[in-house]
Amino acid sequence: MHIDIQQANAAAVSAIQAAQPVLKGIDTAINIVPGMKKNLILHAGPPITWQKMSGPMRGAVIGALIYEGLARNPEEAEKMAASDKIEYAPWHEHDGVGPMAGVGTASMPVWILEDQTNGRKTFCTLNEGLGKVLRYGAFSEEVVTRLKWMETVLAPVLKAAIPLAPQINLKNMIAQALQMGDEVHNRNKAATSLLIRELAPAIVKTDFPTADKAKVLEFMHSNDHFFLNLSMPAAKMMLQAAEWIEGSTIVTTMCRNGTEFGIRVAGLKDRWFTGPAAIVKGLLFPGFTEEDCNPDIGDSAITETCGLGGFSMAAAPAIVKFVGGTVNDAMNFTRKMYEITDGESQAFQIPNMEFRGSPLGINLLKVCEKNILPQINTGIAHKNAGVGQVGAGLVNPPMKCFEDALEAYVEKYCKDE
Amino acid sequence: MLKDFFGKKVKVINLGIASFADDLRKQGVETIHTDWRPPAGGNKKIQALLNKVANWQSQVKSAKGAR
Repeated sequence: MHIDIQQANAAAVSAIQAAQPVLKGIDTAINIVPGMKKNLILHAGPPITWQKMSGPMRGAVIGALIYEGLARNPEEAEKMAASDKIEYAPWHEHDGVGPMAGVGTASMPVWILEDQTNGRKTFCTLNEGLGKVLRYGAFSEEVVTRLKWMETVLAPVLKAAIPLAPQINLKNMIAQALQMGDEVHNRNKAATSLLIRELAPAIVKTDFPTADKAKVLEFMHSNDHFFLNLSMPAAKMMLQAAEWIEGSTIVTTMCRNGTEFGIRVAGLKDRWFTGPAAIVKGLLFPGFTEEDCNPDIGDSAITETCGLGGFSMAAAPAIVKFVGGTVNDAMNFTRKMYEITDGESQAFQIPNMEFRGSPLGINLLKVCEKNILPQINTGIAHKNAGVGQVGAGLVNPPMKCFEDALEAYVEKYCKDE
Repeated sequence: MLKDFFGKKVKVINLGIASFADDLRKQGVETIHTDWRPPAGGNKKIQALLNKVANWQSQVKSAKGAR
């Protein structure tokens, strides 16, 4: 095969750079997510069965089945979840992403993003806030009630407001947020504020009751992570542009399901390479210890895959108060990631590194050769279903994912060498 | 101490473990540290796989040059 890896990777990085994710609207998952069905549960990370799911993933499935009206209580939901009546699939195989457990079902409203360059779409549910929430595996009545409010009030108000607002280019908004101290994985304070600035006048112009409009604005305002569910599908969209460029060793997906970490590579179409998810090291909320922590979980590492999150920590020094470490560590994480990437983002610039573009395009070969793992910052879920978030910290993927991907790459492309 | 041993001023390039360079600097020895690590962290299997990729790419580039 006469493939020049350098050229293939340059094409992959160019495609990522060219993508233009814009906010298109909101719809119910069953109407818009490809392949969505009433008995299908989409989840974060690589494929997994109910039997192998961790506590928070199981908790989110239980909550989702109750929310969908497919089960009346947790016991019924568990039985149903373990039966062949329910199917499971990764969000990543349905053009979407989900934070933490990332559970998405038919009735849930989803953000719709569209790539202006090719019309391709990506999806993500709306962010519920912190504490006891479905994505951290909580499934109590308050969790389901909030999800119902999001379906019946939050989503309809935002859906009506989006066409009344100026077009929101999420790549530009993320670029601005980086100038304001976010890295749009665990710090979304500036990006959420920017989003509210764009949407608030349009929300006011909708015909919904004033109390509903006020509650929607209060909900967005009270949740600094509201933008996460837009930064993630935006990153997914940019990386989709590099799928599946023949011969390229650029990593297009990094994600976790709470049991395993999975990656996909541009030149190895659709194939998952997995290894055990690690325990996240970081700052825990009062009253919790490392014993309480679930292994790494969520699709949010798509931000790092796109040069954001842990890769852009130098732009967000305040984040060390949330995930641990020092400001110097944050700078060094970003510096180190240039060693395993092929490009620098044209859009995402880091002010305190003289506006250098963030490290973009993780090269599988560089990860293996230099033995340097991608740096991820992330939330930490309690290991038991129903508890919720217990902290935030720093983590790396298992090297096994990259070693297995390299072996598969050699098998596919260099068999006769 | 080092100067006495070698009989002249010593300049050091340190590869790998940074604390060796720090100790030398404490003794007043001019030292440059290089953050060197063995390829693939010393993993022979990964090194062999990377060599296969490198050989393949050399052939691709030679073939291109010959055209």
